[in-house]
Amino acid sequence: MIARTVNVVNVSERRRTLTFLERIYLPEVMRGLRVTVRHFCVNLWRHTLRAIGMKSVQPGAVTFQYPEVRRPAGERLRSLHRLTQRPDGTPRCVACMMCETVCPAFCIEIVADEVPDPNIEKRPKSFDIDIGRCVFCGYCVEACPEDAIRMDTGITEIGSYSRRAMVLDIDTLLALKSAEENAGKPVDFLQKLLVS
Amino acid sequence: MALTQTEHAIIKKAQESDVLEGRHGNNVIITSVDKLFAWARQSSVWPMTFGLACCAIEMMATAAGRYDLDRFGMGVMRASPRQTDLMIVAGTVTMKMALRVKRLYDQMPEPKYVLSMGSCATCGGPYWKHGYHVLKGVDQIVPVDVYVAGCPPRPEALLEGLMMLQEKIKSEALLGKKLAPMMSA
Repeated sequence: MIARTVNVVNVSERRRTLTFLERIYLPEVMRGLRVTVRHFCVNLWRHTLRAIGMKSVQPGAVTFQYPEVRRPAGERLRSLHRLTQRPDGTPRCVACMMCETVCPAFCIEIVADEVPDPNIEKRPKSFDIDIGRCVFCGYCVEACPEDAIRMDTGITEIGSYSRRAMVLDIDTLLALKSAEENAGKPVDFLQKLLVS
Repeated sequence: MALTQTEHAIIKKAQESDVLEGRHGNNVIITSVDKLFAWARQSSVWPMTFGLACCAIEMMATAAGRYDLDRFGMGVMRASPRQTDLMIVAGTVTMKMALRVKRLYDQMPEPKYVLSMGSCATCGGPYWKHGYHVLKGVDQIVPVDVYVAGCPPRPEALLEGLMMLQEKIKSEALLGKKLAPMMSA
């Protein structure tokens, strides 16, 4: 066992008294303003240098003009779910309930159904994800043994006027495409669905 | 959802006590003024400085220079509910905080709007099943206009929700403004 010495320090003893300059606050306010002014000057300098043609300079900070210009997202961004399909168009999901079990927010609800094909275990009769309750942790994607659910649609802007509209059913989830296929274009049917 | 007789009576009383809302039907004279008011309202929605959990960090990021809420006329975060139009419920609403949320909502002047940000505020999120201390949706205490999904929502998602709110304000112009939906039970 490692012997440890614990230094018990009285908090009131540790606290030092403020000096006169600190007590009148004004020098400290100036110190804070210095940070702001430094940011301003550095950005102004960078913007000016790039404006006169020095493209090797690091770009200055700019505001993303959101609805028109979107911030580029990382490849591993966890966005809205989608269900993948087999080549014949049926969902890859075999209703094993792994994602439903692992979901920490209990937002997935699957109803299983029988399939005549002996090679396929089961199929989902319904597969609902409550996006309003989802915490976008990605556990469902990790748990899925069939690569049936993915979070690569690139859709993160999800707003709705009602909680009911945020429950996405299996048809919607199957119709969603990956971010590469969407190519940065907004998904109209999803927007209409959420606004309804 | 069918309303009970008591709720109908409450709505009727509230409508009668309004100075302007619901008093006039479609009217040629006031439509232009109506549109002007709606435009003014949607272009200067002042939110309340009101963060409850990690969603508030994203709300601050949205208000900061990178996303700049001021572009939508919403950058004026007021510290008092008396000066605000919009309450962004950003974060987990615990049972203890729920009382304060309700009180703050009651202190806001009409017309007032509520945006539920993130899954915790919308329906409890990860605390949906085992959170003994979390309110399962802020719409149980205040009427919510827009829900934003995410945990926490990215700044783009919050901006999307705020633009949806602007659309809503535009659609319910001043004189035709409907009353806030009655809450069940």
